Amino acid sequence: MKTTDQTDHKRRDFLKTGVAASAVTLAPGIVMHTAEAAPRDKAVDSSVRWGMLIDSSKCASGCDSCVQACNDENGLEAYSMPEGADPEKWDQQRPKWIRSVTLKDNLSGRISNLPLMCQHCENPPCADVCPTGASFRRADGVVMVDRHICIGCRYCMMACPYKARSFIHENVDIKPELAPRGKGCVESCNFCVHRLDDGQTTTACQDACPENAIIFGDLNDPNSEVSKALAEYPSVQIRADLRLNTGVRYSGI
Amino acid sequence: MSKSIEQKSVKFAVLFALLVSLLMISTAHAGKNWRAEGNSKASEMAQTGGMCVRDTADMRRNHMDLIQHDRDVTVHQGIRALDGSLKGCVNCHANKQESGEYVPVTAMSGPGGSQFCASCHVYTSVSLDCFQCHSTVPTE
Repeated sequence: MKTTDQTDHKRRDFLKTGVAASAVTLAPGIVMHTAEAAPRDKAVDSSVRWGMLIDSSKCASGCDSCVQACNDENGLEAYSMPEGADPEKWDQQRPKWIRSVTLKDNLSGRISNLPLMCQHCENPPCADVCPTGASFRRADGVVMVDRHICIGCRYCMMACPYKARSFIHENVDIKPELAPRGKGCVESCNFCVHRLDDGQTTTACQDACPENAIIFGDLNDPNSEVSKALAEYPSVQIRADLRLNTGVRYSGI
Repeated sequence: MSKSIEQKSVKFAVLFALLVSLLMISTAHAGKNWRAEGNSKASEMAQTGGMCVRDTADMRRNHMDLIQHDRDVTVHQGIRALDGSLKGCVNCHANKQESGEYVPVTAMSGPGGSQFCASCHVYTSVSLDCFQCHSTVPTE
């Protein structure tokens, strides 16, 4: 028996048409254009640091819009269970870039939900331990894996305090254009780097969130939406004691 | 004594040159048919005198360096506006079946016989790892 869960192409097409309409008519005669998206032709530099603020108080229990959008964008479900595999084990080992996490405060009993993905640390432990240099932090703050030089040792998975990395255990059915992947490499959230390199400034999870709980942008730009929100609301880093200076911050935990 | 060594080395050089030229002719021949009999964008372009990102001889010798350089530049520096990319190779060199479906560039049969990448790589027995992860058909 072989179960197949493939990317829902109709949904992808719908999202594409949504993106294509970049000119918005505000009033008769006034049209707002978003920045012209063009592939990047200069190397990324540290003048930009991409980051995110997630308001977990807006995360409704049971909502998995961001997880689903991430799976669709990066083709994480184009992946079949091999014959004779244990479904439970298979499900545990599926690649996940965003995990939906529920926290409970034992004193007060307060429950909060939040999406947990790669925290894009300034000092990433995964890059520290990588024996080949495949795990690295790009100049603009995106922590990612160069699958060309990843040997699949999974040391980074051990090192990551956020359990953010996944290993591809089996051959994939569809090789996605935006996130090419094959058996034997580690991968994790890369802030939709293909979008950033194409001149866009949103991630799939942010676009999909019905509550606008995810704000993404440049942490180095004091006028960006995310910097303004960070200045205005109290926020925390998860495991701040590790002093990793994460690019993903949370409020309302 | 020294003369015979010289003669030997000349003989060796001639033999070596012959071998190299034979190899070059054979590899050049192996990748020939896709162009005349294929229906890819590259075939159409070739018929109207168009050229790839470099001239054909250069591409046959050096495509691997181009691709490897571009992959590092793209992944580590985020530069995507490059004159060559693996995606570009596939988009341009993939043939279509009569049904309109694309034939993988690594397939051994299809319009014009073995397909673009396979035609040389199988002949020279050089394994091709790109497509363990990258798509062998255009994904427009």
